[in-house]
Amino acid sequence: MKAFLILEDGTVFEGTHIGAVREIISEIVFNTSMAGYLEVLTDPSYAGQAVCMTYPLIGNYGICRDDMESERPWPDGFIVRELSRIPSNFRSDITIQQFLEENGVPGIAGIDTRALTRILREKGTMNGMITTDENYDLDAVLPRLRAYTTGKVVEKVTCREKYRIEPVASLEQNGPLSGAARFDREAYERGERESRPALVKELNGKGLKVALLDLGAKKNIARSLAERGCEVTVYPALTKAEEILADGPDGIMLSNGPGDPKECTSVIEEIRKLYETDIPIFAICLGHQLMALAAGADTHKMKYGHRGGNHPVKDLATGRVYISSQNHGYVVDTDRLDPAVAVPAFVNVNDGTNEGLSYTGKNIFTVQFHPESCPGPQDSRYLFDRFIHMMRRETSSCAEGRD
Amino acid sequence: MPKNPNVKRVMVIGSGPIVIGQAAEFDYAGTQACRSLKEEGVEVILVNSNPATIMTDRDIADKVYIEPLTVKVLEQIIEKEKPDSILPTLGGQAGLNLGMELEESGFLKEHQVTLLGTTAATIRNAEGRQEFKDLMERIGEPCAASKVVETVEEGVAFTDIIGYPVVLRPAYTLGGSGGGIAHNRTELEEILENGLRLSRVGQVLVERCIAGWKEIEYEVMRDSAGNCITVCNMENIDPVGVHTGDSIVVAPSQTLSDKEYQMLRTSALKIINELKITGGCNVQFALHPTSFEYCVIEVNPRVSRSSALASKATGYPIAKVAAKIALGYTLDEIRNAITKKTYASFEPTLDYCVVKIPRLPFDKFITAKRTLTTQMKATGEVMSICDSFEGALMKAIRSLEQHVECLLDYDFSALSKEELKQRLKVVDDQRIWVIAEAIRKGLSYDEIHAATMIDVWFIDKLAILVEMEQALKTRKLTPDLLREAKRMEFPDSVIARLTGRKEAQIREMRHENGIRAVYRMVDTCAAEFAASTPYYYSVYGGENEARKTEGRKKVLVLGSGPIRIGQGIEFDYCSVHATWAFSRAGYETVIINNNPETVSTDFDIADKLYFEPLTAEDVESVVDIEKPDGAVVQFGGQTAIKLTESLMKMGVPILGTKAEDVDAAEDRELFDRILEETKIPRAAGGTVYTAEEAKAVANRLGYPVLVRPSYVLGGQGMQIAISDQEIEEFMAIINRIAQDHPILVDKYLQGKEIEVDAVCDGTDILIPGIMEHIERTGVHSGDSISVYPAPTITRPVKEKIAEYARRLAKALHVKGLINIQFIAIGEDVYVIEVNPRSSRTVPYISKVTGIPIVDLATEVIIGKTIRELGYEPGLQPEADYFAVKMPVFSFEKIRGAEISLGPEMKSTGECLGIAKDFNEALYKAFLGAGVNLPKYKNIIITVKDADKGEAIEIGRRFEKLGYTIYATRSTAKALNDAGVKARKVNKISQESPTVMDLILGHRIDLVIDTPTQGRDKSRDGFLIRRTAIETGVNCITALDTANALLTSLENASSKLTLVDIAQL
Repeated sequence: MKAFLILEDGTVFEGTHIGAVREIISEIVFNTSMAGYLEVLTDPSYAGQAVCMTYPLIGNYGICRDDMESERPWPDGFIVRELSRIPSNFRSDITIQQFLEENGVPGIAGIDTRALTRILREKGTMNGMITTDENYDLDAVLPRLRAYTTGKVVEKVTCREKYRIEPVASLEQNGPLSGAARFDREAYERGERESRPALVKELNGKGLKVALLDLGAKKNIARSLAERGCEVTVYPALTKAEEILADGPDGIMLSNGPGDPKECTSVIEEIRKLYETDIPIFAICLGHQLMALAAGADTHKMKYGHRGGNHPVKDLATGRVYISSQNHGYVVDTDRLDPAVAVPAFVNVNDGTNEGLSYTGKNIFTVQFHPESCPGPQDSRYLFDRFIHMMRRETSSCAEGRD
Repeated sequence: MPKNPNVKRVMVIGSGPIVIGQAAEFDYAGTQACRSLKEEGVEVILVNSNPATIMTDRDIADKVYIEPLTVKVLEQIIEKEKPDSILPTLGGQAGLNLGMELEESGFLKEHQVTLLGTTAATIRNAEGRQEFKDLMERIGEPCAASKVVETVEEGVAFTDIIGYPVVLRPAYTLGGSGGGIAHNRTELEEILENGLRLSRVGQVLVERCIAGWKEIEYEVMRDSAGNCITVCNMENIDPVGVHTGDSIVVAPSQTLSDKEYQMLRTSALKIINELKITGGCNVQFALHPTSFEYCVIEVNPRVSRSSALASKATGYPIAKVAAKIALGYTLDEIRNAITKKTYASFEPTLDYCVVKIPRLPFDKFITAKRTLTTQMKATGEVMSICDSFEGALMKAIRSLEQHVECLLDYDFSALSKEELKQRLKVVDDQRIWVIAEAIRKGLSYDEIHAATMIDVWFIDKLAILVEMEQALKTRKLTPDLLREAKRMEFPDSVIARLTGRKEAQIREMRHENGIRAVYRMVDTCAAEFAASTPYYYSVYGGENEARKTEGRKKVLVLGSGPIRIGQGIEFDYCSVHATWAFSRAGYETVIINNNPETVSTDFDIADKLYFEPLTAEDVESVVDIEKPDGAVVQFGGQTAIKLTESLMKMGVPILGTKAEDVDAAEDRELFDRILEETKIPRAAGGTVYTAEEAKAVANRLGYPVLVRPSYVLGGQGMQIAISDQEIEEFMAIINRIAQDHPILVDKYLQGKEIEVDAVCDGTDILIPGIMEHIERTGVHSGDSISVYPAPTITRPVKEKIAEYARRLAKALHVKGLINIQFIAIGEDVYVIEVNPRSSRTVPYISKVTGIPIVDLATEVIIGKTIRELGYEPGLQPEADYFAVKMPVFSFEKIRGAEISLGPEMKSTGECLGIAKDFNEALYKAFLGAGVNLPKYKNIIITVKDADKGEAIEIGRRFEKLGYTIYATRSTAKALNDAGVKARKVNKISQESPTVMDLILGHRIDLVIDTPTQGRDKSRDGFLIRRTAIETGVNCITALDTANALLTSLENASSKLTLVDIAQL
């Protein structure tokens, strides 16, 4: 079946329909990761957007449900050059086509995704429609596209009720320490999924209670803490600060999430209260932006954002550069940042935008990129250890993350 | 960290002659790195014995030593030039080993020379088998169960514990020389014995066989501050068991989920960090296909063939960045030369798929085993880029220039389903064609996967191509079907074949329906940032990013495709120099080429680079966009020459010598007419198509005769026949491939072979020098030792040669380069062949005479005359140096290849010996080629009857040098009768000890074995020669070579004089 991608500027791409049969209007963004399409699809930060993968061959290894970063895919639509006709991976459960259909995500394949990317790069992120209606009326469609906003998507993606994630009891639970795992087909068929080689070498978070404010959290944030021994309680985005504080956490984690940070007015209110406490706080992505807004800084929308797994960020404390996983369309404005409130801790080597803040006189540090990776490089996972050090009130900064 | 101010004079070690496993990629890396160093104001002292390289040009380095790559020579150069640092990580394994030896002996420390790039400790940890294993164990990175052994017994005992099969990898050898997989004790003992001897340190790693696992590579960069990035990862379609150099490789990995991708990436970064490598590094993994289990196979702490591929696949200049890192810069200080916006500290991301296919030499070595193993056999490779795997594979297949355009072209249709099942188990260069046939015959993916262990994703892609073949055969060719076939990069010719139409009809239908190739940019960042570097690849469908540029005159330079025996790095040298010369003359330059190892495909050589197959159709698509004012074909070897006619049809003027004149040189009748007009004699001969005709001509001329196809390079298929039976044999071999042109049969003349390269402006000719071959006619010019200035011919003969060259060039209206081969018999001179184009000797003669003939040829093509360029026409005065070009072979890599020299070229590379004294030049050339005598002072002589007389004199000279001579029965008798003491050894069929036992006993320096005629593999001589080569014993098959070697040995001196080529 034919499908069309119509952009706000009137550009129309004709391709083949994939996924569920549904017409959608969404904000069109592109992601440059070469692997990890499932993690991208299940990242709640993509709520309200349709994602174009710049890598042309998608679906090659099917869908390995274990790798989902939330319970369902969030993008409104999925745009690819080519969808693999068969999946090939020992863990693959279903094909990507089945997955998109199952979850009602429509998409388009067979278009020139590079041309689309170039348009978005030159003109900035814009809205678009994916439709199978060959008789679309451009004059009627374009005003609808321009009118679209992602809206208050955080409320859509956050969990409904708070829940607890048990910490791992022993290192073995995290999987083997090296790549020497063996695949056990029978155990796999029984549903016992083999663990990947562990990246964590010690349970340094044992006994620590972490409150994770779910603004659209990827699973690996909680997992990264739990596998270090932390006991994680996940709170819905609109939880009052008092409720979180009442549970007596050793540290608070603000997650990633979708949408315009400035629309999260009530969440910002609550974060301001958390800011006032002396509980260590670590925030990622949207959490980082909301903390900045709560502390009086400003954010703005980028032309086309950072979405991919190859962005270099420099840790200003050490001068070291790490390759990071990124997914954001807004950024904290450092021009008007009061150094008495916070100073830049990380900077993007490519375009000099802010990638992290260290809050002056506070036990708070926040990053724009994704140390939890999934998808993408695991280089900055050491930041979770740094957070654990903060919670333990240890002076050592755990600057170097490399094993 | 800014640049280290203490680094001012750097010595760069090159990789030496091109051999299998160490090819043009090091010229690419070395050239890029030297330019990068000079950009930083560092003085570069370059050492490389290979004259065919761009890195040994005087404008690439400040001091250029084309000297043998031995520790002694390097020590001498260090003493003379006093560099403050040495960079050994650009010269492949050869360069790295030399750097290590200099370091280990304490020489570097003594002379206050710093090892740049990576420390000796790091190299030891990465390269020493046991050190590496220990380190991996310490950091928790798994390796396959293994043990380093130093004796065969130790290896057997260990294998008894871990079980067969086991993989054997000798330490410190390049291209995995001497390695293999042993399935049983006999194989184990055989391979182990060989490997132990070939290893520089006498060690072989015996390891658990992980054949069949996925083979994944990561290219990693690290700076001195500890910042690490991965440039790219690559997946070998052929699972572990086939050397990565012989595997079809795809970038990025296709069948790895993010979990596997990141698991291995993190492991690669951990390893490079632990090893503290500063610069580039390659990490190879084996990944279990159905689990997360993986093993680190090996780490190369240097630039490599894979890093060249990764550079071309991503646009990230690894060697350039590695050189900057060596100077002290950190990754975030080095700008990305492609985007000019980002920095070297980011990871390229691809929005296309890259496929590399090795170019294997089985067309040259038809007796060799085609099986692929952990021992690399490929001489070169092609790369292609497309937005689908199918398209990239189809493009790569036709880039090979092996008469294959699609998955139908190696025909296995005669095999039954059962036979195919068996055939699938054979791992060779035709495997994907077998898989395609298996798919056609209905074998299931699972069956194919079980037999090959190739991932089903790739099998499915092959199936998609097979389905398209079927669709084209059976369905009506609608515009939609055509569009889809083109998207998969089916060439028009294949579509025509499958649909029963003419190629022109398909082309017309394409144009009517607007189905044209468009070009995308390789920009390192998947279009996230605007890039200005015009590095393009084609796809069908979508937007065109290549813009026709106007203003300057535009020239299209056609490259020479994959490196193969007969068409090597020399032609890339010529293409690059021509491009630079055009650029200097104000032209806009456009290169089309498909070889990822070369300098010409570096993104900043031409104004525009199209990474495309070199077929008429692919070139036409580029021409449609670029509309060049002209094209040059005379620099790109036969690959480019073959495109002449097509280019003319496209309306592109051929710059320089006209196509009809090229034809006149190749066409027997036309050429004979020219020879008549110019009164130049040649050997009598005729043109034939069939064996019957050939026999008739041969009998008319009288045996021996030379049989060869026309329009080939490197004497492919050329043979000396002494009987009707051999004529039949050779004609059958030549006619295996349908010949467009007649086959030539000439009277074989024995004399001195002379070669001349010259530049002609249509009127005047400039001859830089005359080269003489040491081997008499009958040995291919590329395999002969070549000497400039010609040492044994008289002045009148030289003048006659110059005069003939002048007449020929003029008669052929040559504008540009011409290469002529002559035979001199006494005072008589005959012409053998004329090639109005660049040749293999062009870089060599340019360097030793200091006359930049490619530059001059380019200027002449543009319209200047030789006089205007400041040169007096005619034969130039001889240099006061002797320069000896020595061929280098890779016989030990190709099991079953006949090593004896003949009219068909077999060498893979060359090295140079240059000195004031002829004998020293000769000695240096042998030394550079790895002939380093004596160790034991034992030689074996076994020659055919006709050579016995000459062999006596050779024996006498060896005896005088103190050698013990062993000889087979009749040779021994001849020697002893003439008073040369020779010990008789038994032939192979006789009782032990035989000549074979002697060779295997490792006490022999040299075997001189002149072959009897014919290609019979079972003959004693063949076995003796193979055994010698495979046990690392030097083997000479021509008496002229033996005489030259003797001369060099008789005049060997320990201290060599050094010649800085840049000062010539």
